[in-house]
Amino acid sequence: MSDLLTVRDLRLSTPDKVLVQDLSFSIAAGERFGLIGESGSGKSLTSLAVTGLLAPGLRAEGSVELAGTQVIGAPERRLVGLRGNAVATVFQEPLTALDPLMPLGRQIAGPVRRRLKREGAETSGAAVRAEVMALLEQVRMPDPARLIGAYPHEVSGGQRQRVAIAMALACRPRLLIADEPTTALDVTTQAEIVRLITSLVDELGIALLFISHDLAVVGQVAERVMVMRHGRAVESGPALQVLTQPQDDYTRNLVAAARRFDAALEGQG
Amino acid sequence: MLRYMARRLLILLLSLFVAAIVLFVLLRLLPGDPANALVGVGATPEQIAAAQAQIGSDQPLAVQFVTYLGDLARFDLGKSFVSRAPVIEEISRRLSVTLPLTLAAFLLSMLIAIPLGILAAVKSERWYGLLLSVVSQVGIAVPVFWLGVLLVYVFALNLRLLPSGGFPLRGYGDPARAVTSMVLPVLTIALIMSASLMRYVRAATLEVLGSDFLRTARALGESRTGALMRHGLRNAAVPVISVLGIELSTTFLGAVVVEQVFSLPGMGSMLLLGIQQRDYPNIQGVLIISTLLVLLTGFLADLLQRVLDPRLRKEARR
Repeated sequence: MSDLLTVRDLRLSTPDKVLVQDLSFSIAAGERFGLIGESGSGKSLTSLAVTGLLAPGLRAEGSVELAGTQVIGAPERRLVGLRGNAVATVFQEPLTALDPLMPLGRQIAGPVRRRLKREGAETSGAAVRAEVMALLEQVRMPDPARLIGAYPHEVSGGQRQRVAIAMALACRPRLLIADEPTTALDVTTQAEIVRLITSLVDELGIALLFISHDLAVVGQVAERVMVMRHGRAVESGPALQVLTQPQDDYTRNLVAAARRFDAALEGQG
Repeated sequence: MLRYMARRLLILLLSLFVAAIVLFVLLRLLPGDPANALVGVGATPEQIAAAQAQIGSDQPLAVQFVTYLGDLARFDLGKSFVSRAPVIEEISRRLSVTLPLTLAAFLLSMLIAIPLGILAAVKSERWYGLLLSVVSQVGIAVPVFWLGVLLVYVFALNLRLLPSGGFPLRGYGDPARAVTSMVLPVLTIALIMSASLMRYVRAATLEVLGSDFLRTARALGESRTGALMRHGLRNAAVPVISVLGIELSTTFLGAVVVEQVFSLPGMGSMLLLGIQQRDYPNIQGVLIISTLLVLLTGFLADLLQRVLDPRLRKEARR
C-alpha cells in the first residue's frame, strides 16, 4: 500500500531566504508521525505546505503527494477539495484560530455540513445539530448543550482546543495535522489534549502529523519522528530509538536538555 | 445591555447639556450687542433699546442664561432674533434638505466603498487591486468644493443633465426638481466619503484575510471566498462601523460647504446666515441639533458594534 503523504525534496523559500530544504518524509495511513524542532526550524511551514496554505510570498518546490494528489503547484480549487477531505489541521492558538464572533456550535457546524454534503448525506439543521453534539461528546466536552451557544472567549483554553479538534474531526480527514496543539495550554490540560488526540486518531484510524518542540509530548504521541533544525531534517526514525539513542549531535543535545529539565523539576518537587 | 444603553444615553444627555453651556458662553464672549446688528448702523438709541427689549439682551447675562437653559429643558430652542419665528420650525425645514442629503450620500458611499474596499483587499496583489487603493488615496486628497464645482461643470454646464444648484421653492411639493437638484450634491459628498471609507474597509478586510480563524476555516475545506463570507465580513464590520459613525457625523457637519456650492437651503446655510445676522438663537439651535445628531450617531454605532461583537457585550456587563 502506498503512503498517505509523501514529501520529497521539499524546498520552501522567500525571494531572499531558504526556509526549508532537502526535506523528505512519508506518513502511512493510520500512522502517527512526530515532527520535532525548535521554533523557526520550519516545522509549521512544512505543515502549511502539506495543506497548500503557505502565505503568497512563499515559494514551494519539490513534491508533496497527499492522498494521490500533488499539492505543490495545484490550483486552489483542487486544494479546496483536498482540505477537509484528505487533511484537517488543529492549530496552536485556539483563541485566535476560532472565529471570535461566532457561537462554537455554529463553527463546528460549518465543516460538519461540508462533510455531509460531500458524502451525499442529509444536511438539514437537525442532522447537522445531532452531528455537532456527537462530536462534542467525542472530544469529551463537559456540558455540550451549553457550549454550542457560547463564544470562544467564554470558555477555557482547553475547551477551545477541544472545539478545534471537534471541527477537524468533523471533516473525517485521513490525515490530521496537529501543529503545536498544546503549546498554548497549561500542563494538566496539555496532557488531556494529547491523550484525547492520540486516542481519537487510533479509534478513527486517522493518520497523525504531530508537530511540537516538546520532546516528551512527541515521545508520547508518535511512532516515528523526524527532528528538524534550520529547515533541514537532522535525524529521523522510530520514536523510541531517536529519543533514547539519538545519533545526531543536535538531537543528543535536545534529549540531554530535556532530561536535565525533567531532573531539575523532580529535584524541586 | 439595557443598563449599558441607559448609561450611554445619560452620558449623551450630559454631553449635550455641556455643549449647550459652552455654546451660550462662546456666543456671549463676542463683543457688542446683537440688537445693534438687528436694527442697523444708523439706528437711534431708542430703536436699539427697543430691539434689546424685544430679544431680551437688556437682561443680565445670568437671567438670559437661566431662561435659555429652562427653554432647552422643555425642548424649546427659542425664537429667531431676526424673523421672530420659532427656531425649531426653521431647523425642521432646513433638516428636510440636509438630512436626506447626508443620508443618501452616506448610503451611496457605503454602496461604493464596501464592495470596492473588499475587492481592493482580496485582489491586493493584482494590478486593479492596487489601482483601487491608489484611486482612494487620491480621492482623500480632493477637496469637497473642488469636486462639487467639477461635477457642476461636467453635468450641469456641459452635459446639461442636472441643475447646477438651488432647491425648488415649494420644496418636496415639486418632487422631480427637488430630487434632481439633490443628485450632484449627493454625488459630491458620496465620492469624497467613499475614498476614505474604502481605505478603512480595505484595511479591515486585509486584517481579517490574515487572521488565524480564516486560515482554520480554509484548512478545514472552506474556500477562500466562502471563508471570507462566513467569517470575514462580520469581523471586518466591527472596526468599520465606528468609522462609519464618524464619517456620517463628518458628512453632516461638512454639508455646510456642499450646501454653499450648490446653494441648498440646509442647516449649513442657516448657520452661516445666523452668524452674519448675529442671530444667536438660530446659531445655538443649529449647533445643538447638530451636536445631538452627532452624539446619537456615535451611540448607534456603539450599539451596533455591541450587537455584532459578543466580547464588547461582556465588557459592558462588568
